[in-house]
Amino acid sequence: MSDLSKTLILLLLFALLLDLDAFELRKGQKTERISGSAGDVLEDDPVGRLKVFVYELPSKYNKKILQKDPRCLNHMFAAEIYMHRFLLSSPVRTLNPEEADWFYTPVYTTCDLTPNGLPLPFKSPRMMRSAIQLISSNWPYWNRTEGADHFFIVPHDFGACFHYQEEKAIERGILPLLQRATLVQTFGQKNHVCLKEGSITVPPYAPPQKMQSHLIPPSVPRSIFVYFRGLFYDVGNDPEGGYYARGARAAVWENFKDNPLFDISTEHPTTYYEDMQRAVFCLCPLGWAPWSPRLVEAVIFGCIPVIIADDIVLPFADAIPWEDIGVYVDEKDVPNLDTILTSIPTEVILRKQRLLANPSMKQAMLFPHPAQPGDAFHQILNGLARKLPHDKSVYLRKGEKVLNWTAGPLADLKPW
Amino acid sequence: MKSPVAIFWAIFHCLCCLISLVLGFRFSRLIFFLLFSNSSINIYTTQFAASDISRTLAFTTSITTSFRTNSPPLLNKTDAGKGSRVVVGRHGIRIRPWPHPDPVEVMKAHRIIETVQSEQRVQYGVKNARALIVVTPTYVRTFQALHLTGLMHTLMNLPYEVVWIVVEAGGVTNETAVLLERSREKSKVRIKHIGFEKNMSILWSDRHKMEAEMRLQALRVVRDEKLDGIVMFADDSNLHSLELFDEVQNVDWIGAVPVGILVHSTRSDDDAFEVPKGLDATDGTKSPFPVQGPVCNLSDELTGWHTFNSIGYEQKSANYIGDMAIVLPRKLEWCGFVMNSRLVWEESEFRPEWIKDLDMVVGGDEVENPLSFVEDGSMVEPLGGCGKKVMLWWHRAEARADSKFPSGWVVDPQLEVTVAAKRTPWSDVPSELESNTEKVITSMIQETGRKTRAKSRTSRSRLDERTHDLRNTYASVMLGSGETTMN
Repeated sequence: MSDLSKTLILLLLFALLLDLDAFELRKGQKTERISGSAGDVLEDDPVGRLKVFVYELPSKYNKKILQKDPRCLNHMFAAEIYMHRFLLSSPVRTLNPEEADWFYTPVYTTCDLTPNGLPLPFKSPRMMRSAIQLISSNWPYWNRTEGADHFFIVPHDFGACFHYQEEKAIERGILPLLQRATLVQTFGQKNHVCLKEGSITVPPYAPPQKMQSHLIPPSVPRSIFVYFRGLFYDVGNDPEGGYYARGARAAVWENFKDNPLFDISTEHPTTYYEDMQRAVFCLCPLGWAPWSPRLVEAVIFGCIPVIIADDIVLPFADAIPWEDIGVYVDEKDVPNLDTILTSIPTEVILRKQRLLANPSMKQAMLFPHPAQPGDAFHQILNGLARKLPHDKSVYLRKGEKVLNWTAGPLADLKPW
Repeated sequence: MKSPVAIFWAIFHCLCCLISLVLGFRFSRLIFFLLFSNSSINIYTTQFAASDISRTLAFTTSITTSFRTNSPPLLNKTDAGKGSRVVVGRHGIRIRPWPHPDPVEVMKAHRIIETVQSEQRVQYGVKNARALIVVTPTYVRTFQALHLTGLMHTLMNLPYEVVWIVVEAGGVTNETAVLLERSREKSKVRIKHIGFEKNMSILWSDRHKMEAEMRLQALRVVRDEKLDGIVMFADDSNLHSLELFDEVQNVDWIGAVPVGILVHSTRSDDDAFEVPKGLDATDGTKSPFPVQGPVCNLSDELTGWHTFNSIGYEQKSANYIGDMAIVLPRKLEWCGFVMNSRLVWEESEFRPEWIKDLDMVVGGDEVENPLSFVEDGSMVEPLGGCGKKVMLWWHRAEARADSKFPSGWVVDPQLEVTVAAKRTPWSDVPSELESNTEKVITSMIQETGRKTRAKSRTSRSRLDERTHDLRNTYASVMLGSGETTMN
C-alpha cells in the first residue's frame, strides 16, 4: 500500500512540476537568449583564450595627457582610457611578450580637448606615429609583423582617419602606419574608407553609474511611442541644413513635428533617462558621424532603437544580431517613419523588448569600472580572441617591408 | 586712398553676398563649376567637392523639396569608399506632401502601446489581483454629474474587477441611476446603488457626519453579501491616479495612503496654497500643499500621521455647502484608508484580534475615520512609498445649495425663448469678444422683442418671469454660442 501511495505522490509532484513549467512559459518570458552570427558568444570568458602584452610607454602618451585634462574620463571617447586601465589588471595580460597573441599600445589620441570639451584630432596622427616609432625601435615585435598582431583603440568620430569632418576624413584615409593593425573603434559604416576590414566596432562610452542611478521600476507603463531629444539642424556649422546628418534629422523634424506619437524636441530635460524608460521606440539617427551614445542609452533603458543611418555597422556586429533587436530605417524612408513603425507586428515588438531585457545585452554595451563579466571590455577581448590564431602571412620574412613610413600628408611627419 | 580695383572688388563682393542671400545658397561655387567645367575634372580629383556642387544643383531650395523629386544624374559620384551607396555632401531634406498624422496609423500605434503595457503588467505588475470594492457616498446636486462621471471613468479604466457601491442620500433617484447606467455598456463595473433614507444637509459638518454613516451602511452591505476584495473609499469629487489602484493591491488588512489636500481659495488676493505652520517641525521638506497620511521611520515602519492642521484657516472656512470659502477636510479623511473586506465580515476566523467588529464600531460614537476599526493604530500598513507618493487628491467643489440645474443636464422640451444676459458674472471677457457678443445680444433682443410683443398679456408676464430665471442660468450658454457663431 505504501509503495502505491509513494508512486502516486511522485507522479503528482512530477505532474505539478510539468504544469508549473508550462505555466511559466505561458505567462510570458521576460528575456530571450541572444546569439549573433558568431554564435552565442556574449557570455564567453576571454580568460585563457588569448594573451595581451601592454607596452610601457612614457607617460607623455597617456598619464600626462590625462592629467592635463581630466574631462577625458567622462566624455564619450573615454573607452581608450578605461581599456588601458582594464588591461593593466586583467588576467589576460601577460608580462612576457614572447607568449603574447596581441600587443596593445596605450596612447590617448582623443584627449586634446577644446574648452567646450570636443576633441581636436589635429595632433593625433603625429602622436600615433611617434608612439609607433617608439615601439618599433624599442621592441622587435612591431617589425616582426609590421603591426598585424597589434591593436589600437581609436574611438574618435571617424576612427583612425583622425578628422571630425567626413570629407576631410575620407581624404586623409586611415593612417598608413595602421594599415595592418587591428583597430578598435566606434565608427562603423560599410564600404567606408575609415572602416578597415577586421576592425572591431565598439559602443561609445556612456557613464554606467549615472545611467543606473536613473532607473525606474519596470512596471511603469511605456506610454510614449517614439522619443528623441537632440539637434535637428546644426545651426552653427550647417545653417542651411542638408549637410548635418545628410538631412535625415531635419527630415524627421519637418515630417513629424506635429505628430502626437512623436515626442521629439531639442530640449535638454533632466528626466531624459526616465523618459527613455517610458518610451517604446527611441530614434538613433546619425549626426556628423553615424554612431551615437543614444544606442547605448536605448539598450540600457529597454527602448527599441530605431537606427537611421545608411550602411552603419553597429557595435559587436558579429556577437549581437542587431536586426532582431533594433529597427533599421533607410534615410530615404524617413518621411514614412510612422507607417514603418506602426506596421511592425506586435509579436515582433514584444520579442525585441525581450531581447533588450537580456542582462547580458545591457552589460555588453557598458564600460563599468571595475570591470564586470560580459561587459564591453570582455566583448572586445572576445572579438580579438575570435581572430586567433593569426594567419601565417602575418609574420613577415626577413627584410620584407610593407609599410611606407613616409606616406600621408607632410604635416603628419613632424615629430610629436 | 584705396585703389579703384579694391573698391570694385568690395562692391562685387557685396553684390555677390546679396545675391546669395536672395537665392539661399552660395552660388559662387556654382559659377566656378560652370566657368571651369572642363578643367574641373582635373582640379577636383579628390572626391568630395564635385558631389557638393552637383547636389546644390539638384536641391537648390532645401526645405520645400518635394519627396518625389528625382535626383538628376551626378557628374562625379562621390562615394565614401568603393562600392558605397552613401554619398557625402549636401543632401535634400525629404518632406512628404502631407506631413500630418494619419488617424489609422495613430490607432495602430495606440494598439501597440496597449499590447506593450499589458505585457508589462503581466511581467512586472501585480500577481493575483484582488477585486476592488469602491464605496462612494453621493447625493443629487448641481455638480454631481461632473464629479460622478469623472470617478466612473476612472473606475472603468481599471484592469481589475470592480464592485462599486454608490450610497445615495435621500434614497435612490432616477437621476443618479441614469448616470450610473452609462458605464454599463462600456465596462464590467458591477454597480450596487443603495439608498440612504436621510436627506443631505447643507452644513459641511453635517455632511461629513452623514457621509461617514453612509459609508458604514455600505460596509454593512459588504458584510451581508460577503463581498471579497479590497475596500476603498472613493469620494466622488476626489481625483484618483490609476497607480493608486495598483498600489492598494499590496494591502493585507488595513492600509493608509497619502492624500494630497487641494484647499483652494476663490478670492484672488489670497495665496493659492497656504502652508499650515503646524506641520511636523523636524520634517525638513515643506510640501507646497498639505498632505495627510502615514509617516515612517528609516526602517519603513509606521511612526505617526501627518494630519490636517486647521489652525490658520478658521476665519476662512466654509460652513454651508456652496459658500465661497475654503472647504476644510477632517483630520484624517476616509479616502486615505483601504481595508480588506474580510475585516467587516461576521465571524471571520482569520481576522486578527486587533480589529474591532463592525457592530461594535457602529454602535459607538461617530466614526471619523477607519482608524476606529483598529484597536492598535500601529498595525496600519503604510502604502504609497511610505507616505511619500501622493496618488490621491482630496478636493471639494460644490455649487450653491440652492442653485438650479436641469435634471440630467438636458432641457426637454426645448425652450421657446432664450434671451442673452446683458451682464454676466464673468467680468474678464476680452474686449473684442465683448463687442461681438454685443452684436449678437442686440440682434437677439430685437428678435425676441418682436416675439414678445406678438404674444398676449398673460403669457407675456409668464415669459418675463421665465426669462428672468433663464437669464441667470443660461447667460453663459448664450455667450458661448455667440462666440462660436462669430468664429
